[in-house]
Amino acid sequence: MNRIQTIIDKEWAEVFKNKMVFWTIVLLPLLFTAMPLIFIFVTSGDLIPSETSDMPASFATICGTASAKDCLQIYMINQFLLMFMMMPVIIPITIAAYSVVGEKATRSLEPLLATPITTEELLAGKTLASALPALAVTIVFFGIFVALTPLVGGTPGLMAYMLSPTWLIAILLVGPLMAIASTIFAVIVSSRVNDPRVAEQISAVFIVPVMLLLFGQLAGWLIINVPVMLIFSALMAAANVGLIYLAARIFQREQILTRWK
Amino acid sequence: MIKIEGLTKEFITDKKKPPLVAVNDLTLEVNEGEVFGFLGPNGAGKTTTVRMLCSLIAPTRGRAVVNNYDVVKHGQKVRACVGILTETPGMYERLSADKNLTIFARLYGVKDVPGQVEKYLRMLGLWERRFDEVGSFSKGMRQKLAIARTLLHEPSVIFLDEPTSGLDPEAAHLVRDFIDDLKKEGKTIFLCTHNLDEADRLCQRIGIFKSRLITVDTPDALRQRMFGRTVVFNLASLAPEWTAMVSELPFVTGVKPVDNKLVVDLKDPEAQNPVIIRRLVEAGAEVRFVGELRHSLEDIYLQTINETKG
Ligand SMILES: Nc1ncnc2c1ncn2[C@@H]1O[C@H](COP(=O)(O)OP(=O)(O)O)[C@@H](O)[C@H]1O
Ligand SMILES: [Mg+2]
Repeated sequence: MNRIQTIIDKEWAEVFKNKMVFWTIVLLPLLFTAMPLIFIFVTSGDLIPSETSDMPASFATICGTASAKDCLQIYMINQFLLMFMMMPVIIPITIAAYSVVGEKATRSLEPLLATPITTEELLAGKTLASALPALAVTIVFFGIFVALTPLVGGTPGLMAYMLSPTWLIAILLVGPLMAIASTIFAVIVSSRVNDPRVAEQISAVFIVPVMLLLFGQLAGWLIINVPVMLIFSALMAAANVGLIYLAARIFQREQILTRWK
Repeated sequence: MIKIEGLTKEFITDKKKPPLVAVNDLTLEVNEGEVFGFLGPNGAGKTTTVRMLCSLIAPTRGRAVVNNYDVVKHGQKVRACVGILTETPGMYERLSADKNLTIFARLYGVKDVPGQVEKYLRMLGLWERRFDEVGSFSKGMRQKLAIARTLLHEPSVIFLDEPTSGLDPEAAHLVRDFIDDLKKEGKTIFLCTHNLDEADRLCQRIGIFKSRLITVDTPDALRQRMFGRTVVFNLASLAPEWTAMVSELPFVTGVKPVDNKLVVDLKDPEAQNPVIIRRLVEAGAEVRFVGELRHSLEDIYLQTINETKG
């Protein structure tokens, strides 16, 4: 346990000194939080007619008794929810990619593997070091988003929806599952390539399922609600099991030492 | 301390080709408190051997016991009690010297982390620079820091993989002196090198290795075994026919003309030198001085490696 903490500590000390990683962690959440707030601000006045005809008809079921105006906001805000789901993907793969590729470039893996650390501890340390900041950032900025929404004109109906199970599952369950899966995947990819940007781009396939949800909802195929989120969580949990199994086979001391180049 | 039996490592690089045998049937023992020199050209398999002994990679065949722990069965215990100076220092460039050592002290489970870190930073003359990023360090400083990292957990066996290669002469000298200090403290050291003077100066025994262990002995015994004694006759000028004249003497086993010198291999120089000098003087040579040539380890090494070529 102590060794995992040491790895996490080392990763944080080292990787946050990388400007690329630092700005990804700072700017991305700012952008992803500012966008929905601006949207709420713009749509909260009477500037926009209370027009619900643009929404897929199926969406109306989600609004229940909410007014037409609330319903439009909820519909649009539901798209922005997906941005909060992308943060736990993009941030950890950036950290993991720079960490692993950096470790290969400085050849620091050999002295590291020569210590009594187990490969499981090393992998756990690297995964947590990438996933934890992403989760912290996601939750903190979601909190900021919720806190600021009333100030920019969000209605109580909208507020209630944002704190409904759909969103909480997305932030508190899907987020961590995606963060861990995408980190392990990014570590595997980074062990094979020598450019952190390439590793990031390949690992970004984890954004695809989120995009599918987004476009699925825009096209009216599905509505992001509790069952959809639970199914999504189950898929991500399955992806995690598969990736951990794969990682356990790939991450052997000798393999890391001789194949990671 | 180190007991190696039939240790072999094969690398499969291409499924169609036969495997590359990096280390072939190595059997060797290194005693407690001994400095053992592991000498071999690039690609001989020195690093591969060290990696097996530090339980970083698994042998294909054979076994090795380090500090009473089997390197395959008790990998973690082996790693905890050995120190390895890897071929490249592999420091975290963006972190300070202090932070680099602290991380490793914690990974090794050192009890008094700040105490041990301070001890070795001071010992290697890096204390003043402890908060500087390693990225700003010279090659020599990095190597010293890597040595500090190797010793932090007071390992019972120390593996040094080419500790002075790539360093400037001054830094190399400092590192060599430091190894000498470790030797005086009675540490068991396995020193991989292709620097022969280094091995000659520091090691009690030397193994010459090129995939296989070619020979093992003390530096002096190797000298005796490989060559008889050699005497250099330094002349004012050297006439070509004198070489043949000397080589015809029955007790002379070899003669080589070098510039104005005759390099002569003999069994018993004390008795035979006067005869050669007399002959040379009679032939008109002016003998300036005569001296015995002490073979450098380099000669021994080159001779050994060449004998086993092919
Ligand atoms: N992981 C590996 N895969 C394939 N071949 C290797 C590997 N590591 C070393 N070798 C080969 O084994 C031989 C010995 O290498 P090495 O132990 O590094 O030699 P040395 O340290 O004496 O220079 C070399 O031919 C090298 O190419
Ligand atoms: Mg080597």
